[in-house]
Amino acid sequence: IEYVEDEVVSIDKSLWKGIAVYVDHIDGVIHPVTYELIGKARELAAKINHPVYAIMMGSNISSQCHELLHYNVDKVFVYDHEKLERFKMEPYTAVFEDFVNTVKPTVILVGATPIGRQLAPRLATRLRTGLTADCTILDIKENTDLVQIRPAFGGNIMAQIITPNNRPQMATVRYKVMNAPERNPYETGEIIQCDIAPEKLDSRVDVLDIIPKEKEQFIEAADVLVVAGRGIKKPEDLGMLQELADLLGGQLACTRPMAEAGWMEAKRQVGLSGRTVRPKLIITCGVSGAVQFTAGMNNSEQIIAINKDESAPIFKTAHYGLIGDLYEIIPNLINQIKAGKGVI
Amino acid sequence: MNILVCIKQVPGTNKVEVDPVTGVLKRNGVESKMNPYDLYAIETALRIREKTGGTITVITMGPPQSAAVLREAFAMGVDHGALISDRKFGGADVLATSYTISQGVKLLGNFDLILCGKQTTDGDTAQVGPEISEYLNIPSVSNVSRIVEVQDDGLVIAMDMTTDIEVVKIQFPCLLSVDKDIFMPRLPSYIKKQATKDREIKVITLNDLEDKDEKHYGLNGSPTQVERIFPPDANTHQEIWNGSSMELTDQLYKKLRELKFV
Ligand SMILES: Cc1cc2nc3c(=O)[nH]c(=O)nc-3n(C[C@H](O)[C@H](O)[C@H](O)COP(=O)(O)OP(=O)(O)OC[C@H]3O[C@@H](n4cnc5c(N)ncnc54)[C@H](O)[C@@H]3O)c2cc1C
Ligand SMILES: Cc1cc2nc3c(=O)[nH]c(=O)nc-3n(C[C@H](O)[C@H](O)[C@H](O)COP(=O)(O)OP(=O)(O)OC[C@H]3O[C@@H](n4cnc5c(N)ncnc54)[C@H](O)[C@@H]3O)c2cc1C
Repeated sequence: IEYVEDEVVSIDKSLWKGIAVYVDHIDGVIHPVTYELIGKARELAAKINHPVYAIMMGSNISSQCHELLHYNVDKVFVYDHEKLERFKMEPYTAVFEDFVNTVKPTVILVGATPIGRQLAPRLATRLRTGLTADCTILDIKENTDLVQIRPAFGGNIMAQIITPNNRPQMATVRYKVMNAPERNPYETGEIIQCDIAPEKLDSRVDVLDIIPKEKEQFIEAADVLVVAGRGIKKPEDLGMLQELADLLGGQLACTRPMAEAGWMEAKRQVGLSGRTVRPKLIITCGVSGAVQFTAGMNNSEQIIAINKDESAPIFKTAHYGLIGDLYEIIPNLINQIKAGKGVI
Repeated sequence: MNILVCIKQVPGTNKVEVDPVTGVLKRNGVESKMNPYDLYAIETALRIREKTGGTITVITMGPPQSAAVLREAFAMGVDHGALISDRKFGGADVLATSYTISQGVKLLGNFDLILCGKQTTDGDTAQVGPEISEYLNIPSVSNVSRIVEVQDDGLVIAMDMTTDIEVVKIQFPCLLSVDKDIFMPRLPSYIKKQATKDREIKVITLNDLEDKDEKHYGLNGSPTQVERIFPPDANTHQEIWNGSSMELTDQLYKKLRELKFV
């Protein structure tokens, strides 16, 4: 590898100001990753004393833009045009490019959603700048260089990446990696209407049809699993675990005896003779933790076990082990989650 | 139909380790293989060719030994292969990689369709496809889960948007990044492997490209710089909670909030 040291012209970083967040949405429904990124942008901006911007493109989106003003952004730049109704790569890139050329933000954060993961690289290329994928940690140096930390090799290593001589600096971040800020009851900041020549909004891709997707029913695909073990005494009691799984946006899974008894489908069995799963969260309820079971789930990111027997082997695998009766804990928890949702 | 498939050679396992002293990836002794997601792109090309006729070319950018993945593609039924390889291309990030590949593509001629895998198992960014499409100024779609119809002037495809599936018509020439499971990839055939073992592979170096300015390639052409790599924190944290059911529930609820599950 040869590095041509001379002739590298340093850019003037002071010409680039502000942390901009792309407002990810489908048909005007804002993806929650957007608020998480606004929260992070605010943190970064405070360190270098820059403003926070949101950029939203779509059709008939004025109420959404007002909603964004409840999250402590300084300016919302809006491109409202019927041709921007649904995400299309070419017009969205053109709009985004227009925004960057006018506003010159130093950092652009984009959610790593199906849209963000196509739009961000297309834009980065048009701007001839760097893009760091799926960042899990973001920080900023005094000289406005963004410190981007991301996993690679399937999460087996972490890389710290900077974009020292290009602006804007771009990063994508997955949903639920950063913290969402609280919603303010009042609006702050301002909305700035932007225009773009309509001929820039043409596309060589046409949307023909939109088919709603059935919820995926594979336990391998779930981010959250609630596992029923033999601590469950009768089939009817599975209902409360199903309710918990629904509240957490997850699915119900089981140990082998539950599948063998016919209480649950075989395809929901975790373990050596069942499925291998690696969810973000797994809550085992009344599961003893035999090796044949743990072999199928011990790579899960967060393992919570509820078992009334303190010597149950599952507590060697769990990150958080609750020694207690699932028949008391689960109904209480369901009530708390429901009450909590009511508050928000 | 003229189809191009971009494929990459990756380490045989992604259980790589970082040398704790030097902070360098330990790649020694790790075997290489074709990026598994690229097998789906090759299979997609083969299926389309079965319908429309035409030729399939595979292209890879990497060190000379990465020609092995081109040979593997030949054994699956691909017609031509090109290797983009030059010491000056080393250390490229996505922007420089995509630029180099797009320069190579221009040299190879006109393609109706360019196919990429969903992502790689090493760099793992899923950005190369969309970036190539911008350099070539062609439309592109990622998350392609199905080819619905091959038409004269373009393709009807299904794009997975998580909550729904969008069916779109995309005009030729275009680039698609295809999802895993779009088709079941066929195994390489021994007979085809034997028959193609002497097939010529076109090697493309900096001198062959239209833009010969070495500042646009490799480390020099890369806006991003990897400052350091390090192993992730393993989640070895363990806590056992005792108490009344109510206390346990409160603690659990707080933890679920902290972990952002509620
Ligand atoms: C070749 C082979 C392959 C296997 N493959 C699998 C497999 O793929 N998957 C699998 O799961 N098993 C598999 N097994 C079976 C495995 O060895 C265990 O028998 C099984 O996992 C036990 O299931 P369990 O934890 O639900 O039940 P148990 O071992 O009976 O555990 C029930 C637990 O619930 C607790 N409990 C009871 N009441 C309560 C309560 N009210 N509140 C809280 N806790 C309570 C108890 O303390 C106990 O620890 C396999 C076995 C073999 C030999
Ligand atoms: C730890 C680590 C982290 C990195 N993080 C970043 C980062 O955040 N941003 C960044 O810009 N660079 C990053 N890089 C560099 C990046 O991995 C390389 O530029 C790589 O060449 C291309 O990216 P990828 O492996 O992510 O491919 P992806 O974008 O995941 O690949 C998608 C598809 O593009 C095609 N393709 C990819 N590479 C080639 C190739 N060499 N030849 C032919 N076809 C190909 C294949 O069809 C593949 O399926 C990182 C590298 C490492 C080692």
